[in-house]
Amino acid sequence: MRSEGSLAVKIAAGLGLAFLIAPLLVIVAYAFTTEERSFVWPPPGLTLKWFGVAWERTDVWAALTLSLRVAAVATILALILGTLTAMAVARSRFFGRDAVSLLVILPIALPGIITGIALRSAFATFEIPFSFWTIVVGHATFCIVVVYNNAVARLRRMSGSLVEASMDLGATGFQTFRHIVLPNVGTALLAGGMLAFALSFDEVIVTTFTAGQQQTLPLWMLEELIRPRQRPVTNVVALVVIAVTFIPILLAFYLTGADEQTAAAAGK
Amino acid sequence: MTAECPARARVIHERLPMTATPAISLARVSRHFGATRAMDEVDLEIAEGEFFAMLGPSGSGKTTCLRVIAGFERPNAGKVMIFGEDATNVPPYRRAVNTVFQDYALFPHMSVGENVAYSMMLKKVAKAERRKRAEEALALMRLPNFFDRKPAELSGGQRQRVALARAIVNRPKALLLDEPLGALDLKLRENMQEELKTLQRSLGLTFVFVTHDQSEALSMADRVAVFNDGKVVQVGPPQEIYRRPVNAFVADFVGSSNVLPPSFVQATAGEARWASLRPEQIRLSAPTGANGALVGKVTAESYLGATTRYAVTLPDVSLHAIMPAGAFATPSDGRVAVAFDKSALHFIEGPAG
Repeated sequence: MRSEGSLAVKIAAGLGLAFLIAPLLVIVAYAFTTEERSFVWPPPGLTLKWFGVAWERTDVWAALTLSLRVAAVATILALILGTLTAMAVARSRFFGRDAVSLLVILPIALPGIITGIALRSAFATFEIPFSFWTIVVGHATFCIVVVYNNAVARLRRMSGSLVEASMDLGATGFQTFRHIVLPNVGTALLAGGMLAFALSFDEVIVTTFTAGQQQTLPLWMLEELIRPRQRPVTNVVALVVIAVTFIPILLAFYLTGADEQTAAAAGK
Repeated sequence: MTAECPARARVIHERLPMTATPAISLARVSRHFGATRAMDEVDLEIAEGEFFAMLGPSGSGKTTCLRVIAGFERPNAGKVMIFGEDATNVPPYRRAVNTVFQDYALFPHMSVGENVAYSMMLKKVAKAERRKRAEEALALMRLPNFFDRKPAELSGGQRQRVALARAIVNRPKALLLDEPLGALDLKLRENMQEELKTLQRSLGLTFVFVTHDQSEALSMADRVAVFNDGKVVQVGPPQEIYRRPVNAFVADFVGSSNVLPPSFVQATAGEARWASLRPEQIRLSAPTGANGALVGKVTAESYLGATTRYAVTLPDVSLHAIMPAGAFATPSDGRVAVAFDKSALHFIEGPAG
């Protein structure tokens, strides 16, 4: 049942949206301001020079590349481990299965600061120096969860006899995974992977505890805000990040939505 | 089903030839799930070319038995032989048997033809050959021109045929069918029963099929194994199972039966043993007052079309009787004379406990 909704509801929804969107617009506006030391509203003048400045700054590029590399590797790790865990939990019965599914979800349920401290003390205990890989490990802990959640939901919807039918017809475990499981969970993995990538890309808390001297993009932005030098550069970077992250978010939205429709059609 | 077994025009494997290797044999196979004994020391021998039914109520172990033969379940104990080879620890993909699943398990992302050709695709059969053989199998299942359709577009009966085509396309040595007709409506089910029998005879395959429907087992199978509580209670041709059930469970589960206590049998047949008596063997008539006649009271009757079923209470036992429709009319006081041939009594083991 759908109704038109009263005027009051429309106004409330509009205000809600404005509350969410307005800060984004402010960030975008400041990317073009001529005032570089403080944020003055309205901007005293408009300029495109900060795009050029940002392009020339090597620290921006270093942070951006590091973030992309970390997100990519953490996502790949999460895709492999998350899918395998999901298959184990969804397909078979074994001792401690419920405990495993709880433990996998734990990193996203716990505050990031706990995960961060835990990892930092673990690295310290085993005398592991901070590096690219310590950041990746930190991010993988919560990236696995989103992949796992997406995969496990889809696997549970998939009839268990499909896997058995495939084995029955002569497919080994790997062939079954490739020809039967993967095509059926593919879009779920894609959506989970993109979400994992996005989560990793803007992670601050866990990264603070596991990064050592290196700066991912969010850490770099945080530091830039404190320093009163070429402030709008941060806004330029933020603007680019908004534009870039919008694409996978829209894609994921579209993929999971299309997915539910096919599921509904198949389950008629 | 209450009628006597239908006439059968086919060779019945009363005794397995001693020299031939059984297609499938299970020796003291057990499968436990925690404390549940789904299969408890099951022994079975299924001959090559046989249409073998595994019949039992739900939870009796028949499906687990099929899954052990297919390789989806590893037995906790015992030995599984398939065509003379020890298959106990052989994974499903290396067994010479194929399965038709209860829910058909068609791959939803593949076309009908790709489903049927799946096993050949795995074996890297050339594409043209694959297509040709899949088309042949589909034609055999009366589904020509279905190659490019998707499973979701098909009716239940058509999906069933695709599942069959997929399972037989490689000519397995034995076909396992898990309640293959359970999801079909009555009319379709009767047609498929005929078709499965014809298919089995024309291919000469060993069919092992699981069902909880005793009429299906009796009408289709060469031999039936009756399962209860994880054990095989009786194995034999349908006539034998129906006429000579070994115990009260089989007597009651296969067809319906009156299980008579020793006291009653002593009084009527002179032997103090448990016996089973088929309802259609009982004759009801108006009481004549003759000496020694059993007289009871009709407490319920249900009209079944060709026959009518009566519930009759005697002083120490209740019976069900089935009479051809119109052969008997219940008197207004409900009193009836009950008669049957002593030879119709079949002695059985008493109910457990």
